[in-house]
Amino acid sequence: MAQQKTGMVSLEEGGFAIFLVLLAFACLIVAGKTFDQVMAFHMSIGALLAAVSVFLIFKKYFDDGGEVIPAEVDGKPNYNFGPVKFAAIAAMFWGIAGFTVGLVIALQLAWPALNFDLPWTNFGRLRPLHTSAVIFAFGGNVLLATSMYVVQRTCRARMPGKILPWFVVLGYNAFILIAGTGYLLGATQGKEYAEPEWYADLWLTIVWVFYLLLFLGTIWRRKEPHIYVANWFYLAFIVTVAVLHITNNLTIPVSIYSTQSVIVWAGVQDAMVQWWYGHNAVGFFLTAGFLAIMYYFIPKRAERPVYSYRLSIVHFWALIFIYIWAGPHHLHYTALPQWASTLGATFSIILWMPSWGGMINGLMTLSGAWDKLRTDPVLRMMVVSVAFYGMSTFEGPLMSLRAVNSLSHYTDWTIGHVHSGALGWVGYISFGALYCLVPWLWNKKSLYSLKLVDWHFWVSTIGIVLYITAMWVSGIMQGLMWRAYDNLGFLEYSFVETVEAMHPFYIIRALGGALFVIGALIMAYNLWMTVRHGEAEEADAAPAGSLAPAE
Amino acid sequence: MNETYSALAAFAQTGGLIYFMILFGIVLAYALWPKNREKFDDAAQIPFRED
Repeated sequence: MAQQKTGMVSLEEGGFAIFLVLLAFACLIVAGKTFDQVMAFHMSIGALLAAVSVFLIFKKYFDDGGEVIPAEVDGKPNYNFGPVKFAAIAAMFWGIAGFTVGLVIALQLAWPALNFDLPWTNFGRLRPLHTSAVIFAFGGNVLLATSMYVVQRTCRARMPGKILPWFVVLGYNAFILIAGTGYLLGATQGKEYAEPEWYADLWLTIVWVFYLLLFLGTIWRRKEPHIYVANWFYLAFIVTVAVLHITNNLTIPVSIYSTQSVIVWAGVQDAMVQWWYGHNAVGFFLTAGFLAIMYYFIPKRAERPVYSYRLSIVHFWALIFIYIWAGPHHLHYTALPQWASTLGATFSIILWMPSWGGMINGLMTLSGAWDKLRTDPVLRMMVVSVAFYGMSTFEGPLMSLRAVNSLSHYTDWTIGHVHSGALGWVGYISFGALYCLVPWLWNKKSLYSLKLVDWHFWVSTIGIVLYITAMWVSGIMQGLMWRAYDNLGFLEYSFVETVEAMHPFYIIRALGGALFVIGALIMAYNLWMTVRHGEAEEADAAPAGSLAPAE
Repeated sequence: MNETYSALAAFAQTGGLIYFMILFGIVLAYALWPKNREKFDDAAQIPFRED
């Protein structure tokens, strides 16, 4: 506490402090003058969080006397894992929250009375809460945690900055908080996966630019001449998401005191930009970022290098150059010109190649070590994840064809497809990465219980299978019922008859979702026990102690 | 108007094809170049270098 001062406030500390003080005042002014209650609420949260952050910056400075943290200790990189730990815990927390909200809305579809006739709990508000919580809160924190871990490890360098990594992690979670509470209170732009209002978008842009700088800064300081392929995927994810986010949120606020804003794109261009964004959120957020996890964590866990490093290079460049064009397949049979939707479908079909190339690369990493699937449920989870990746990237291009899309679009088939990718691929690779990461970060020999991982694996696998099969049957049935005509040329079924027919499948889907939530709870318990009661890793115990001040 | 459109479309279609083929060729050549083999085999070991 009463250490000798060794330095002045650094430019970084001072810069962030000034920025946050100004932000706190700006938020206060808007909160005081606005006529919009949601705005007042959000700006109050913003002012509070900014003020607390300034307090923490100075508390840290006065506690350690502005001590400079060495990038290396005894010739070894002094890794910064504090923010990584925070993001890992946040991922688990948001994951359970997001899965639970998903379960709630699945139950609401089966039994609509469960919306309790309250505005805050109706399907329209909870649905974006679910999608954003699982994609951006759960997935985003997994990506933050793993990217910060992997880039430091594979570059053998400490992340730059003292405040910067914390600003990125905490700032991102503040964005989640603002976005999520906004949906519940009814503030939304109404664009799928881009629902947050303009001020939340602006905040995310700032955080994201600092994330990019942090990532590039770590690569810049690397001791390893070659940039490992996982970092390429992370970098593509960060850069592309920045471009997508900014382009799709070019809005002009009605007033700075209003949550409302108007997009600069008009009509079909707006739709095109939205689905260019939407599909690349899948391509670069949910694919490129998680492929980076695959390229680091599967070799690490299997203790074998990736099957073909050369294939990974071809995989990377092919994937990023092709994915960016696939968006228009979301707009078949709309005002979008047909050539554009054909282009989107064509690129979707071409995507089979890099997708399956990547899948083969991930799976074949286990060649000669397949027995590990029997003994290591964490590795099994990641390998099944890659198999789900293969399955959903096979299904997706099929659904992008106009003929198939005319049946599948607007039906539950789409929901089934998305969840085979989201629960199977993104969910499982994230679970696998967290199961690896937690013992590494907290210096534990191994997980508390592999048996519980086994239980998690089977319970949630049965959940996923119930979920996606129910949605396939329900979706195809729904599509066929919609297009059925009687011999006089009238529609055979009324809309409500299709809803009635889908009821049993909605119940099965909710059951699948419940199993997935139970699996995640088992996981949280296991990770908690690993941190609290896991056996310490002996070899690393000593350096870990001396690194403590860094965190 | 229509002519401009078809001219642009024709250029985009042929040009796009050539552009992607050239890019793909460069990537393949870089990945498969015999001299790079050692470098990539070494890079594949990066996750296992612990300190």
